[in-house]
Amino acid sequence: MKEMMIILFSVILVDNFVLSKFLGICPFLGVSKNIKSAVSMSGAVIFVMVMATAITWPIYSFLLEPNKLGYLQTIIFILVIAAMVQVVEIIFKRFLPALNNALGIYLPLITTNCAVLGVTILNIDNSYTFLQSLVNSLGAGLGFMLAMVIFVGVRMRIAEARLPEAFDGLPATLVAAAIVAIAFGGFAGMVDGIFA
Amino acid sequence: MNENNKSRVGILLNGIIKENPSLVLVLGTCPTLAITTSAFNGIGMGVATLFVLVFSNLFISLLKNIIPDKVRIPAYVIVIAGLVTIVQLLVKAYVPVLDSALGIFLPLITVNCIILARAEAFASKNTVLNSVLDGVGMGIGFTLALFTISSIREIFGAGTWFGLKLLEGINGIFHTDIKTVGILTSPAGGFFIFGVIMALMSYILSKRGRSLGNGCAGCPSRESCNHVEGADPVSDTAADTVAKEAQQ
Repeated sequence: MKEMMIILFSVILVDNFVLSKFLGICPFLGVSKNIKSAVSMSGAVIFVMVMATAITWPIYSFLLEPNKLGYLQTIIFILVIAAMVQVVEIIFKRFLPALNNALGIYLPLITTNCAVLGVTILNIDNSYTFLQSLVNSLGAGLGFMLAMVIFVGVRMRIAEARLPEAFDGLPATLVAAAIVAIAFGGFAGMVDGIFA
Repeated sequence: MNENNKSRVGILLNGIIKENPSLVLVLGTCPTLAITTSAFNGIGMGVATLFVLVFSNLFISLLKNIIPDKVRIPAYVIVIAGLVTIVQLLVKAYVPVLDSALGIFLPLITVNCIILARAEAFASKNTVLNSVLDGVGMGIGFTLALFTISSIREIFGAGTWFGLKLLEGINGIFHTDIKTVGILTSPAGGFFIFGVIMALMSYILSKRGRSLGNGCAGCPSRESCNHVEGADPVSDTAADTVAKEAQQ
C-alpha cells in the first residue's frame, strides 16, 4: 500500500507529466483557457490513460515478451491506443450519451497525445506490476489534471496583463509555465519523506 | 528546367528557415522542451527525427494513391511507427549513450506532430522527390532549432558545450569564476528559454508582417479541436499555405 502511495504521489507532484516530463504539452498549452474544457479534457486523458494501460500491459507481458517480440512495442502500442479510442468513442455515443457530451469531443484529440503512449511505455520501462502500472497511469492523469487546472488560473491573469507585444500569446504562456514548473520543483524529495 | 530546380531549392530551404517546424510552426513542442538539456542530445534527437521524417515522406508520397482517404491517418501512423522502431534499434545498437539520454522520447517520435503534419500537409499531395526534399528541409530545420536551444541551455546552465568544460578552462588555463545558471537545465528553464526564443521569433516575424504558428496548424486532430470551447482558434496558417503553394 505504501509503495502504491509513493508511486501515485510521485507521479502527480514530483514527476508531473506536463511540468517535469514534458509530455502532453500541446493540450496543456492549447486547451487551458477555461476551467470547464480543461477539466473535461483531463477527465478524458485520465480515462484513456488507465484504459490504455489496462490493455497494453497484458499485451506486452503475456504476448510480446514471452515471444521475444519486445521490439514491436512502439507499433503495437500506438495501434492499440488508436483502436481503443475509436471503440470507446462508439460505445460512448451508443450507450452513454451523457458522458459522450462531456468527454466525446476530446477523445480523438488524445490518440496522438504523447502522454498516453508515454505512460504505457514508461510502465514497461519501469517494470511495474499490473496494479502498479494502473496506479501510475491514474496518477499521471491526475497530475495532468492538476497542472491544467492550476494553469487555467494563471492564464486568466495573463490574459488581463499588459505585455510587451512580442511576448503576447504563446511566449508569455511558456514563461508562465516556467514559473509553475519551479513551484512543482519544490516537491522534489518530499514524497519519500512523507511515506517513509 | 531552371525554374523547376529553383522551386526544389525553395522546398528544401522552406523547412530550414521560412517555415521552421519548431520555431515558426511551433510543432513538436514536447521533444523541443524535454531533450534540449545538452547540445549532444539536441543533435541526436534532431538526426533521429530527420531520418524518420525523410523516409515517412518518401513512403507516404509513394503510397498516396493506394491508401484510402478514410483510413489515411492510421495508415500514416503505422508507417511512422515502423520507421521509429528501426531508428530505436539502430540507436540502441550503435549509440547506446544517446538511447539512455533520450529515453522515452525516442519511441515518442511516433507521435511527434511534425512528422504526421508533413505527411498530411505535404507528402500526401506532392511528388516523391519534392516530399523527400521537404523531409530533409524540415528535418534540418528541426535539428538546427534543437541545436540552438540546447546549446543555450547547456552553455549557460551547465557551463559546458558537447561535454567540454568551457568555464573551468582546459588544464586550468582560461579559468573563470563565472557562475552558471543551474535552473536553465531544469524543466522550468526549458519552458523559460523556449518562451524567450518564441518572443524573439514573434518579434522578427511581426517585422515581416507574419505571425507565429499556434502549434495546432499541423495537428491531425485540429478539426475536432475547433469545436472545443476555450481552445486556441485554429486558422489556415503556415502549414496549409505552404502545401497550397507547393501544389500550384
